[in-house]
Amino acid sequence: MILIDTILQGVMLGGLYALFALGLSLTFGVMRLVNLAHGDLILLGSYIILTLAGSLYLPPLIAALVALPIMFVLGWALQRFLLNHALHDDILPPLIVTFGLSILIQNGLLAIFTADSRRLSLGGIEAQSFAVGPLNIGVLPLMTLLAAVLVVLLLNFVFFKTALGRAFRATSDDATTLTLMGRDTRRVFAIATGIALVVAGVAAFFLATRASINPSIGPARLIFAFEAVIIGGLGSFWGTLIGGIILGVAQTLGGSIDPEFQVLAGHLVFIAILFLRPRGLFPRAFD
Amino acid sequence: MTEHKWSLTSSTRESRIFATLAIVAVLLLIAAPWLVSRGLIRDLFQIMTLLVLAQCWNLLAGYAGLISVGQQAFVGIGAYVFFSFAVFMPIPPALAILAAGIVAAGIGVAAASFTFRLQGAYFAVGTWVVAEVVQLTLAKQSVLGGGSGMSLPREFRETMPGFGILREMGFSKSAAIDVIAYWMVLLLCVVTILVIYRFMRTPAGLGLGAVRDNVIAARSVGVNATRLKWLVYLGCNFITGIAGALIFMQKQRVSPDTAFSVIDWSAFVIFVVVIGGIGTIEGPIIGVLIFYLLQSFLADLGPIYLIILGALGIVSILVAPSGIWGLISSRTGIVLFPIRHNLKKLG
Amino acid sequence: MSPVLQTHDLTAFYGDFQALFGIDMHLDEGETLAIIGANGAGKSTLLRAISGLLPHAADAVLLEGRPVGNLPAFELSHQGISMVPEGRKLFASLSVEENLKTGADAFTRPGFWSLERVYELFPILKERQHQPATSLSGGQQQMVAIGRALMSNPKVLLCDEISLGLAPVVIRDIYAALPQIREAGASVVVVEQDIGQAMKVADRVICMMEGRVTLEGTPADLSREAIHNAYFGDAA
Ligand SMILES: Nc1ncnc2c1ncn2[C@@H]1O[C@H](COP(=O)(O)OP(=O)(O)OP(=O)(O)O)[C@@H](O)[C@H]1O
Ligand SMILES: [Mg+2]
Repeated sequence: MILIDTILQGVMLGGLYALFALGLSLTFGVMRLVNLAHGDLILLGSYIILTLAGSLYLPPLIAALVALPIMFVLGWALQRFLLNHALHDDILPPLIVTFGLSILIQNGLLAIFTADSRRLSLGGIEAQSFAVGPLNIGVLPLMTLLAAVLVVLLLNFVFFKTALGRAFRATSDDATTLTLMGRDTRRVFAIATGIALVVAGVAAFFLATRASINPSIGPARLIFAFEAVIIGGLGSFWGTLIGGIILGVAQTLGGSIDPEFQVLAGHLVFIAILFLRPRGLFPRAFD
Repeated sequence: MTEHKWSLTSSTRESRIFATLAIVAVLLLIAAPWLVSRGLIRDLFQIMTLLVLAQCWNLLAGYAGLISVGQQAFVGIGAYVFFSFAVFMPIPPALAILAAGIVAAGIGVAAASFTFRLQGAYFAVGTWVVAEVVQLTLAKQSVLGGGSGMSLPREFRETMPGFGILREMGFSKSAAIDVIAYWMVLLLCVVTILVIYRFMRTPAGLGLGAVRDNVIAARSVGVNATRLKWLVYLGCNFITGIAGALIFMQKQRVSPDTAFSVIDWSAFVIFVVVIGGIGTIEGPIIGVLIFYLLQSFLADLGPIYLIILGALGIVSILVAPSGIWGLISSRTGIVLFPIRHNLKKLG
Repeated sequence: MSPVLQTHDLTAFYGDFQALFGIDMHLDEGETLAIIGANGAGKSTLLRAISGLLPHAADAVLLEGRPVGNLPAFELSHQGISMVPEGRKLFASLSVEENLKTGADAFTRPGFWSLERVYELFPILKERQHQPATSLSGGQQQMVAIGRALMSNPKVLLCDEISLGLAPVVIRDIYAALPQIREAGASVVVVEQDIGQAMKVADRVICMMEGRVTLEGTPADLSREAIHNAYFGDAA
């Protein structure tokens, strides 16, 4: 029973990791961009929400909803004014730019918010749980998982049912030809990064409520996100969700053996999966 | 028909002047402990360790298309191997340093069997994962001091080559360590640059350089010659491991956080190479000097300093992708480490 | 009457390599112009330059008299220049219908063509609408590429080697669509390797060699010998 409980906790933790990962999966899918600042951007989102809730006295959920459009604009501008200039056939510039950005954001947060730990208080919901048979399910972890499922559904809707989604998929196939169809691909990219940061904003909310945060934890979120994306296989949002869940379960199982082993267990499972399935569990048929 | 004599040469006038100056500079650097303050020796030590790491990263990313953000793994491994020998099995320090390089290269093989499966940009994050795994694993080992690390035993310090002589010459104990570490890293630095330079002039190295000139092909496809990629990766990790041993020998303390610092051993290194000029031997040298200047003026600013550095890296890769050296050499045509051969008419 | 499309001293470069040397050509309203020439003559480059994929001066390309040469490709497509690129360039992860829709997703120009009309033109595509575009036969893929370009109701349709690699019957089917395309209001440029085919469909033919126009005329005017010379250079 303890085992099942541990796995269940892991699945719900996986929801959080999927939220970390979906934005990364999106930008990679659309423009082959690996954003090394993704973890720090999530953290930036958390601090935006904390600030909105703290200094404007907005209720946490409202603060998060206000933060989402801010994140969109941030992502849009980031892509438009910075990343679009780095995206060419050479993979070095985007890596350097996003790595620089990661350091910039990390230290910017440090300069503004100090190294102190903070946490977004939801006024008690974070401690609540309900029993299902012998199992105890936390309200907040469950909400996180549901949010991740909802985000996957929404992203899939956008990707497969809308004109914008067609542009997303078409641009990753052949950006030049898409411009012949009248699309400004730079704009498509900007919207994609905007959406990726909205997803990061959702992740940011749950990150800040789940445990306390400080400016230095961004890179670790990037690595979890990255692992979830790779485990799931590039190019499928459901795959990314499952990748996050596998990572979450691996971590909680590892953590139940020895708390210090939690993160390491996740890394080891990731490496093992990559050895067995170099293209991840659910690779896309193309490329 | 007049007869001409031809000679195949790769040197340029500047390169010969530069070589002479470089020899003088190295001689001065050897003598530096008697010429300059201990503080400057420490600074020079730092500059040269950074230069060694930068040359390695440059070889990986600039020539072999292996963009790593996880070289701190090998710095940390080198440091921990060195300290492990010092604490548990005191062998001559020089051997311990060599062992640090060998173990780093060996773990590099294991790491590569995983990271080489990742393409392009994903390789970068994969190397980061490896560094995390190594750090977390080491931090869990209570024999190695867990999260708080280890100190270099006093007795071991005293077995350093030259320690006794330096003490007799009036250097304090820790000054003697500084000087020994400084000379060692100077040696490492000179050897690293010469080895890379020699390597770049071998057919294999020229091949790498040729692919490099078509940078896009080199980085996106990865250099075709897989064996070459392995060779470069192994060599760099070996040198990086040795550098790690020396860095922490000088600090006389090691802990997981310092030994595996992304900022110190990846971010600084990457910015040195990018700002100086990737894909050349000269670039990292320029980069390290600029870095040192920035640091001496701005390091007191703490996070602001890092913000400036991050911004500089971004601006540099966008505005001058071939770095400051790229700008200099494309304006002036100066080449200090000539790689290509020129046919020269003698008669 | 001013031509719908005109180039003036149009040049194009790939890096240091000059691929077009001062091309002056024009396309009249309702006309079908064929461009012929050997491999590497610069035909595709000309179409790419016109459609905005290669940079050049503003007044090097005039659309209905307006200089548009400095506009990026996506803008030119809004202005009414549409391209069926060499090699079809269908979006591999999109279905047939999605490929067609991308042609009119970014903007709308009113006109004859719509998804239904394209399906009427190429009924087979309707049957295959949900299949991945690249799973179709070569001829059907070419129909998708043409249909996709028509979806934006272009004034000028540029077709790059739409018959390449297709069986004669399939080529006939595809060219059978041309009259209706013209009737719907598009002036057409076709690049053709097959001189016979070009002569059949075109009102006027220009021949290119090594980045220059070497011959121009109506199919009736051009002798085989003149074409041969323009194609391969004078034997002398
Ligand atoms: N992307 C490119 N980079 C460099 N040179 C190119 C490129 N594309 C074409 N060229 C060169 O430009 C010249 C014209 O090529 P273009 O493709 O326009 O010829 P074409 O007439 O369309 O030939 P084909 O009948 O084979 O399609 C050729 O010499 C070709 O090698
Ligand atoms: Mg062509």
